[in-house]
Amino acid sequence: MDDINLMSDWEQQAEDETFDLRLFVAGTSPVSIRAINNLKSILDEYSSGQYNLEIIDAHQQPTLARDENITALPMLIKKAPNPKRLLVGDMSDRSKVLRGLGINQ
Amino acid sequence: MTNQNQKHVKTLVKTPTGILGLDEVTLGGLPQGRPTLICGGAGCGKTLFSLEFIVRGAQEFGEPGVFIAFEEKAEELATNVASLGFDLYELQEQKKIKIDYIHIDKSEIEETGEYDLEGLFIRLGYAIDSIGAKRVVLDTIENLFAGLSNQAILRAELRRLFQFLKDKGVTAIITGERGESSLTRQGLEEYVSDCVILLDHRIINQISTRRLRIVKYRGSVHGTNEYPFLIDEEGISVLPVTSLQLDKEVSTERVPSGIPALDTMLSGDGFYRGSSILTSGTAGTGKTSIAASFINAACERNERCLYFAFEESPQQIVRNMRSIGIDLQRHIDSGSLQFQASRPTLYGLEMHLVAIHKAIRKFKPTIVVLDPITNLITVGTMSEVKSMLVRLIDFLQVEQITVMFTALALNTITNEQTDEGISSLVDAWIQIKDIELNGERNRGLYVMKSRGMEHSNQVREFVFTKTGLDLIDVYIGPEGVLTGSARATQIMLEETGELIHSQALNRKDRELDRRRKMLEGKIDGLRTEFESTEEELNKVYIEEQIKKERIQEARRNMEDIRKGNPTSNNPDNKESK
Repeated sequence: MDDINLMSDWEQQAEDETFDLRLFVAGTSPVSIRAINNLKSILDEYSSGQYNLEIIDAHQQPTLARDENITALPMLIKKAPNPKRLLVGDMSDRSKVLRGLGINQ
Repeated sequence: MTNQNQKHVKTLVKTPTGILGLDEVTLGGLPQGRPTLICGGAGCGKTLFSLEFIVRGAQEFGEPGVFIAFEEKAEELATNVASLGFDLYELQEQKKIKIDYIHIDKSEIEETGEYDLEGLFIRLGYAIDSIGAKRVVLDTIENLFAGLSNQAILRAELRRLFQFLKDKGVTAIITGERGESSLTRQGLEEYVSDCVILLDHRIINQISTRRLRIVKYRGSVHGTNEYPFLIDEEGISVLPVTSLQLDKEVSTERVPSGIPALDTMLSGDGFYRGSSILTSGTAGTGKTSIAASFINAACERNERCLYFAFEESPQQIVRNMRSIGIDLQRHIDSGSLQFQASRPTLYGLEMHLVAIHKAIRKFKPTIVVLDPITNLITVGTMSEVKSMLVRLIDFLQVEQITVMFTALALNTITNEQTDEGISSLVDAWIQIKDIELNGERNRGLYVMKSRGMEHSNQVREFVFTKTGLDLIDVYIGPEGVLTGSARATQIMLEETGELIHSQALNRKDRELDRRRKMLEGKIDGLRTEFESTEEELNKVYIEEQIKKERIQEARRNMEDIRKGNPTSNNPDNKESK
């Protein structure tokens, strides 16, 4: 619950250009680690630092996982900027990640 | 049943579903702690089936359940089953069930590489642990395949899911759409499930029948037939048709027919309890009236009766029976009589059977009437109706319920076979036949058969009076069997004839008397004549005697005279000689 409140506060601060991202992972499974690393490198490269990334372990936050309707993991939720998008997988397909984030290459 | 259950305890523990009839078909329920697949086409009742499993588990067996919905939202589900009396909100509040809606929209998902369904597992595991669930439903899992495109991952994850459920020790139902060549679209679930139940919704002759079949059940025997099932306002009821052994209990108790004269024809006491009775006859012969007087009498004995009407509405029957002095309304009011009226075409034969079963189980009657069974032929073939009735009679006999069927017989040869088809199943058969004579139609009733009791071989005339039904001995005379006014006339004629006859007898008697007297007179005359002749003869004879004596005397006198003895004339002298 704290997280949600924190997030919404934080959301209000963040405006248009800032990426508001949540990455759900399953503990420290290889695929999760890969997803985190791949995503970070893409963001570092393309978003010019304007992003907030929250990494959530679904095992630790099952209610949040339910509220966010998580099925496949790892899953990245792009809450802002609009439109909301879901990215599933280890983020190894760079072009698809960029398309999902709405970043023009 | 208890023996079987004990036997299964050693091999496989089963979880009762609570769905009416299903636990009998599966001999105890679904395999405990293992996944079961329920598959079938659209609209065959998969979701309802699985939801009822969860709700019954929570309500009746104290087993909390998790329902993971992939198709419908929790609110939609709750609304859908509210009509069945399931309050999902309340159950959720009581933490007896948990509904989780999982939705994957392909349009908003970008697949960026390797993934798994760990999220689903986490949610499922969390839901199970949060209420201590023993039952889980996943409805319909293949929706995952619509949302995600990596088949290889999904198939592998599906296998893992089944294993996950087993590890969790929950009794799970997974529903699946029926595929073209296999039971499910993915052709996977049926292999990893321990039990597969196939639901089917068939339309034959525009009449729908729902059926259920257990395709496989690892480690357990099960019924292999297709079992019809019914979805109504109380959920699902499956009709088990397994008990076809002929080993049910029989009763020697008798149930009066409500027509004293008919009881007399049945060796005085009526039918056996738990037997099946067929009343057949052509249109308008009073089959319903016989049935009505049967239940009327039963209700007066405070028995519970259930009347299935396939032709007339209850109101119609009640009104019509008043005309013969039978008031059924008061039995309805007192709760001892219940009508179940439905058009035969309402649903298929099997569904009728399920509905009948259910109504009987609910009302617990001792006497059941089906009026008329011939109308059911409109929704099935003769052999189907017969097999339905076999199963119904079987069920009723086990429950020791007396049943009366009425059947319409047409005066055709084919339908006499129809009668035979049904009549071989029943214990007693009462037939009413039209007897047409002298421009009049009368009803003749006879007992065609009545197993296990002496019964009259006679045809009785069946009459309706303002106070009920009665049977009258028909007139059998030189003119043949007479009924109705012909019988009355004949009886009158006969009475007149008897009078005339006795009159004639009297006349003949008197005539004889007179003749005798005449003859006696004649005899008297003759006797007088005889006497006079005899006298005449006697006179001649005596005269002759006298003459002879006189001559002898004269001669002796002559002799004496010649001897000169004058005293010889004296009679004393003669004697001294």
